[in-house]
Amino acid sequence: MASERSPMGAINMSDKTIDRLAGATPVRVARKIKGLSDRAIAWIFVGPTIFLLLAVNIFPLIWTINLSFTNFKANRLNREVEYIGLRNYERILGDSDIWLSMQATAHFLFWTLFFQVLIGFTLAWLINKKFKGNDLWTTIIVLPMMLSPAVVGNFWTFLYQPQIGLFNYIVTFFTGADPSSFEMLGSVDLAPWSIVIVDTWMWTPFVMLICLAGLRSIPDYIYEAAEVDRASKLRQFFTITIPMVLPFLMLAVLFRGIENFKMFDLVVQLTGGGPGSVTEMASINLKREAFEKWRTGYSSAFAIILFVTVFGLASIYVKALNKVKER
Amino acid sequence: MTRFFKGLLTLKRGPWELIATLLIGVGVFMLMQPFYLWAYTYSFIVTLVGTVMFIVVSHFSEQE
Repeated sequence: MASERSPMGAINMSDKTIDRLAGATPVRVARKIKGLSDRAIAWIFVGPTIFLLLAVNIFPLIWTINLSFTNFKANRLNREVEYIGLRNYERILGDSDIWLSMQATAHFLFWTLFFQVLIGFTLAWLINKKFKGNDLWTTIIVLPMMLSPAVVGNFWTFLYQPQIGLFNYIVTFFTGADPSSFEMLGSVDLAPWSIVIVDTWMWTPFVMLICLAGLRSIPDYIYEAAEVDRASKLRQFFTITIPMVLPFLMLAVLFRGIENFKMFDLVVQLTGGGPGSVTEMASINLKREAFEKWRTGYSSAFAIILFVTVFGLASIYVKALNKVKER
Repeated sequence: MTRFFKGLLTLKRGPWELIATLLIGVGVFMLMQPFYLWAYTYSFIVTLVGTVMFIVVSHFSEQE
């Protein structure tokens, strides 16, 4: 046998095998590789990834920036494209409809993050307690996260039905109001909350899992030392649990924040941006401008505004995360 | 406070990053607030300046 197993299980090849493998390399390929430095070989491996990154991420970004200064319409390819300077940006930043969609996004973003962090952390804290069947409960809680947004949107539409929907009956059970007296998806006041509820239901398990990872990473001896120092449970929670879970929590907020800023699928399934435009998020508005009104230049400028906002927020967030980790 | 201004003058990362962070925060708030349309209008330029500043100043040396 040319190869043998080391005590650790790795396969050690003899020089003979290596020579035989090298000999099997076609002469033309071997000749080409022979003269290359380590750096060149490294570039050969990394090159395709960099090329893909440039082609899929960087080029479209630069192209979008270029289009944002034009009056280009993707459905009129024969029309001459004119450079109109910053006019698209001026129009977007003076448009009260887009301003309203930004407010709808802010409402959605703030409340989903608030509830997801609150409920997610509480669930993680409870699941972290050792009790019989907590693995089963973890699996049950995590289920909504595994579903497709299209499926979730569809069945919540049924749950929100005023006549047959379970949601209205549950609210009736607790408040005594008539189930058909309110419509979650059809009411201007309730529709923004209906999408907050669904997103919270779907994505709280994600925050819970990240918090659970944080809670399980805290060594028991820290709590034992605190017990020796006669620190109360509340004191332990605020001086040990919260600071040690904070980096994980911040990571969860970063992921959910970016994801919810560009929320599209769930809202389209549930309300389609309505009633009126109270649940029309920035991404839905962007899609309408780009693929319904075909104002490609205008929507490119809008996309750049959203990109800069998310990029700026993510930058300061990553900085804050690093600072917390250093502590 | 003196340390902060000294850091600004000597192009140190800490104080400049703080200003960039504040600009981004203010810009995002201006973009999403429901009170003044003029604040919404100028939000992008504030966020853009903050973001570009953040990218540039994060290459400055750390304050001792």
